[in-house]
Amino acid sequence: MDAYLVAMLVFAGFYALMALGLNVIWGLTGMVNLGLVGFFGVGAYASALLTSKLAWPMPLGWAAGATIAALAGGIMALIVARLRGDYLAIVTLGFAEVIRLVASNEVWLTNGTDGISGIPGPWRGAVTPQQFNLIFLGIVWTAVAIAFYLLSRASHSPFGRVLRAIREDEDVAAVAGKPVLWFKVRAFVTGAAVLGMAGALYAHYNAFIAPEGFAPLLTIYIVLALTAGGVGSMRGAIIGAIFLITLIEGTRFLAAAVPGVTPVQKAALREGAIALTLILLLRFRPQGLIPERTRTKA
Amino acid sequence: MEDWRDLAQVLLNGVMAGSVLMLPAIGFNCIFAVLRYPNFAVAGFCTAGAFAGWVANVQFGVPVAAALPIAFLVAAAVGLLAEEVALKPLRPAGPLTVAIASVAITILLENIIRFSFGNDLRGYDLAILRDWRFDGIRVNPQQLQNTGYAIIAAGSLFTLLAFTRLGRAMRAVADNPVLADIKGVDPNRIARVAVFIGAGLAGVGGMLIGIDTSIDPLTGFRVVLSVFAAAVVGGLGSIPGAALGAMVVGVGEELAGVVLEPAYRTVTAFLAILLVLTFRPQGLLGGRN
Repeated sequence: MDAYLVAMLVFAGFYALMALGLNVIWGLTGMVNLGLVGFFGVGAYASALLTSKLAWPMPLGWAAGATIAALAGGIMALIVARLRGDYLAIVTLGFAEVIRLVASNEVWLTNGTDGISGIPGPWRGAVTPQQFNLIFLGIVWTAVAIAFYLLSRASHSPFGRVLRAIREDEDVAAVAGKPVLWFKVRAFVTGAAVLGMAGALYAHYNAFIAPEGFAPLLTIYIVLALTAGGVGSMRGAIIGAIFLITLIEGTRFLAAAVPGVTPVQKAALREGAIALTLILLLRFRPQGLIPERTRTKA
Repeated sequence: MEDWRDLAQVLLNGVMAGSVLMLPAIGFNCIFAVLRYPNFAVAGFCTAGAFAGWVANVQFGVPVAAALPIAFLVAAAVGLLAEEVALKPLRPAGPLTVAIASVAITILLENIIRFSFGNDLRGYDLAILRDWRFDGIRVNPQQLQNTGYAIIAAGSLFTLLAFTRLGRAMRAVADNPVLADIKGVDPNRIARVAVFIGAGLAGVGGMLIGIDTSIDPLTGFRVVLSVFAAAVVGGLGSIPGAALGAMVVGVGEELAGVVLEPAYRTVTAFLAILLVLTFRPQGLLGGRN
C-alpha cells in the first residue's frame, strides 16, 4: 500500500508538470493544445533513445527531451499561431497521432509497437525498488517545484501579462504594439518544453515506453486536471493533478466494485467516467477549484 | 511506376477511398458551417453508425443497402443528443471549449461501444466478390458499390441544400447568422438540422469504412486525421470543399502508400493539413476566414 501511494504521487507529479505546461499554452495564452500527449511523447522518446542508444547521461537526456519537444512546439506554433484556434486544435490533435504513428512504424529507431525497454533510471538496481520510487518522487516534485516557481514568476511578469492580454483580445494586444505571433510562439515553446520534460522523466521512471502509452486519453486527462484546478492558475494546475490522480484511482476501485463485468468493460467504464467528468466540469465548474484571480472573462 | 496502368490504378483506388472519407468530412464541415466549432465527435459518430449498421446487418439480417439508412439515423440521433445535452450549454464559453468537450464525447462514445461490444474486430455479412479486371486494372466491386453509396448520400445533401427551403435556410445561417435571424430563420432549428445531417453522414461513412475493412470501437478515430485533412484542404465549413478535399486526400494517401510505407498514409494527411495552412489557409474552395 505504501509503495502504491508513492507510485501514485510520482504519477501525480508527471500530471502536475504536464498541467503546468498546458497552462502556459492554454491557460495563459488561450491557445488550445489537443495534442499535448505528442510533446510528452517526443520528450520521452528523445531522452530514452539518447540515454540508452548513445549512452548520454540522464540529466542531459532530460534536457534534450525538453529541448526537442520545445522545438517541435515552436515549428507548430509558427505555422498555425497566426490562424484561428480551430486550426490549432486540428493540427495539435493530428501532431499527436503522427508521433504515435512514427513511433509505431520506425522500428529501427523506436522498436515499433514493442516499445523501448530497459531505459536507465537514477540508481535503479543499486537501491531497492521502494527506495528508487522515493528517489524519483523527490526528482519529479523538485521538477514540479522549479517549473511552478519559474512559471508563476513568468505569469506575473510583463511577459505573462501580454500572454493574458492576447488571450482576452488579440487585436487589442496587437494595437498596443505587442508582437502577438512572437509571444504566442514563445508561450507554445515554453509549454512544450515543460511537457517534453515530463515525458523524459516519465520514460526513465517507467523504464519502458511504447506508442500505446501516448494515446489521446492522456491529453483528456491533463485537460481535465487543468480544468478542475482552474485554467490560468499555476496553483490550480497542481491541485488539478492531485484531483486527477484521485479520480483515476477512485474509478479503479469503483469499477472493481461493479459486479459481473469483464476487465474490458471495467476499463471502458473507467475511461468513460473520466470523459464524462470533463464534460460535467466544463459545464458546471469551468473556473475550476482555484479560479485565476486576474481572469476577466468567465 | 512502370506504366500508365499503375498510375490509373492508384488514382482509381484513391478516388474510391476518398469517396468514403467524403461523408464524415462533409458532416464535419456541415456542422462547422452552421455552428462554427470543430466537432471532433464525428469520430464517435462514425463508430456509432458503423456499429448500428452492424447490428442491423449481422444480428437482424438487414441487407447492407437497407442498413445504411439505419446507420444514418442512429448516428444522427446520437449526434443530436450529444449536441443538445452536452455541447449546446457550452456554446457561451466559446468554440474551443465546445471543441474540447467534443473530444471527450468521442472518448465517451468509444467506451460506451467498447462496454457493449468489446474490443473484437467485427465484419459485416457480405458476399465475397472477385475483383473485376479491365485491361490490367483491378476494381473491387464492393469498393465501387461503396463509392456509389457515398455519392448517393452526398448527392442527396447537395439536392437538399440547393433546391429546398430548408437547404436555403441552412446556407443563409452559414453565410450570415445575424441576417438569417432577422429574416425569421430560427438558428436553433437550423443548428439541430445541421448536426443531425452531419452526424448522420459521419455514421454512413463509418459503416462504409467498416464494410471496406472491419469495425471496432476505434474505427472512427483511426480515420479522423484523414477526415480533418479533407475538411481543411477543401476549406473549413465548405461542403463542396469537403468533397473535393476528400478526393485530394484519398489520392494523396494512396500515392504515398505506394511511395512510402502504407502505414504513413495518415502522416500524408497531416502534411496536407500543414501545407494547406501554410500556403492557402482558407482551403481549395475557400470558406470564410
